[in-house]
Amino acid sequence: MGISHRMSRREFCGAGAATVTALAFPLPAFAQSAARVVVIGGGFGGASCARALKAIDPKLQVTLVEPNKTFTACPFSNNVIAGLRSIEAQQFGYDKIAASGVTVVAQAATAIDAAARTVALADGTSLSYERLVLSPGVDLRFDALQGYDEAAAAKMPHAWKAGEQTLLLRKQLEAMDDGGLVVIAVPANPFRCPPGPYERACLIAHYLKTKKPRSKLLILDAKDTFSKQRLFQNAWKELYPGMIEWVSLSQGGKVNAVNAATNTLVTDFGNHTAQVANVIPPQRAGRIATIAGATDNTGWCAIDPVTFESKLAPNIHVIGDACLAGAMPKSAFSANAQAKVCAAAIATLLSGGSPATPKLINTCYSLAAPDYGISVAGVYQPKNGVLADVEGAGGVSPADAPRDFRAREADYAQSWFSTVTAEAFG
Amino acid sequence: MKALCVAVATATVMASSPPVLAASEPSPGATSCSGCHTSGAASSVSRLYGRNADEIMTAMTGFRDGSAPATVMNRIAKGFSDDELRAIAAWLAAQK
Repeated sequence: MGISHRMSRREFCGAGAATVTALAFPLPAFAQSAARVVVIGGGFGGASCARALKAIDPKLQVTLVEPNKTFTACPFSNNVIAGLRSIEAQQFGYDKIAASGVTVVAQAATAIDAAARTVALADGTSLSYERLVLSPGVDLRFDALQGYDEAAAAKMPHAWKAGEQTLLLRKQLEAMDDGGLVVIAVPANPFRCPPGPYERACLIAHYLKTKKPRSKLLILDAKDTFSKQRLFQNAWKELYPGMIEWVSLSQGGKVNAVNAATNTLVTDFGNHTAQVANVIPPQRAGRIATIAGATDNTGWCAIDPVTFESKLAPNIHVIGDACLAGAMPKSAFSANAQAKVCAAAIATLLSGGSPATPKLINTCYSLAAPDYGISVAGVYQPKNGVLADVEGAGGVSPADAPRDFRAREADYAQSWFSTVTAEAFG
Repeated sequence: MKALCVAVATATVMASSPPVLAASEPSPGATSCSGCHTSGAASSVSRLYGRNADEIMTAMTGFRDGSAPATVMNRIAKGFSDDELRAIAAWLAAQK
């Protein structure tokens, strides 16, 4: 109870000091029934948080700010690239969120005044809040890799935000001749979906093995180790022998520059010219987080591990890929779990309470083939100011599991997607 | 000014209603479950809301000590104590 209670009193006094003579009794109601929470970003984190807030306390005035009418989910978008799934299966609207009592505003947020607690929108209007939640996801850094800007992405797709880019990469694979070279360039940590590039390699290889078996896939990596590494590398040998080559950082895998005109990727050790080049660039928190003053010099948002409140911008909470969540990876599962913890913490703070210390879970499935799933799981709790692994818990799927175990994990992956999208989008 | 501030703060605290979550605040870890475990439609992953708390507790302790077969729940169950599991099971059982 103590600390946050005292702080809210101090803040109330501080804010009220100048205008205290204007306060007429009875005192203005500061009751939580009138409390306004604005959530910016309608992905897994923001959508889940808006709905959770409304479910916890239907009296809260919850506004979800998201300019797009349709959300296109990244998990399972590698299946779309590999021709195994339609893009429509990835798309969700906001009608059910609106029906649950959340005000959905189809505008981009352009500015945030943390002192005045207001959000400016692209149409010139503004929203006031008691608490603000930022769930802006990632921005791709088009300044980080020489030659890789938005124009280059139209030739060398990143496909790291699902939608047109996903379909572009799929079309390029479909247009490629048998015997072609596909290159995936992978950035250093941290980035959205750590196992994603390696799942993508698997599913593209699945497509190539089926349709263009003389082709090769090269992964140029800015790291020496990666998520679920042993499981992926075993699957590559087992399922796609001779097709996938991984070049680590110490083997010269880091891509320093690209030339979109020639589809060339440049490393310290030489040039690779690809028929299809998938360039996943370095990333940072979505721009609105910087506008809000919530990003540090890493480009990401440090947060309190109990409430997800920004360590830099008071009354502003950051969840999902944009936040530095310690040991928790940047995944849709994490964003959904964080959203629910953050919503409960905000409801408690608004009612004058002190949020309890949370525990959070993450489970990330990857598909090495449509019927071959592998997973990594973790349990997290606040420790020394960050979310730390609970020791003895978590880890990856067993290396020696039989194929029916892999099939069950593939089935659970599908089931997770259905469940989490239903929870987030209705 | 300070005295008035204290008076204002006290009145404000008195005016605010008790935390709505007090009775049903989820136990640490409990809200993560619904990421996979559906609250509605049929799924290959079991529904937990409204399920008997003892059943959930038996399953979780079985996953944790390896006596119950699992793919991922064994790895997750190891992150929770008996007390934490009991609280989570009770909270899940109370959800609709």
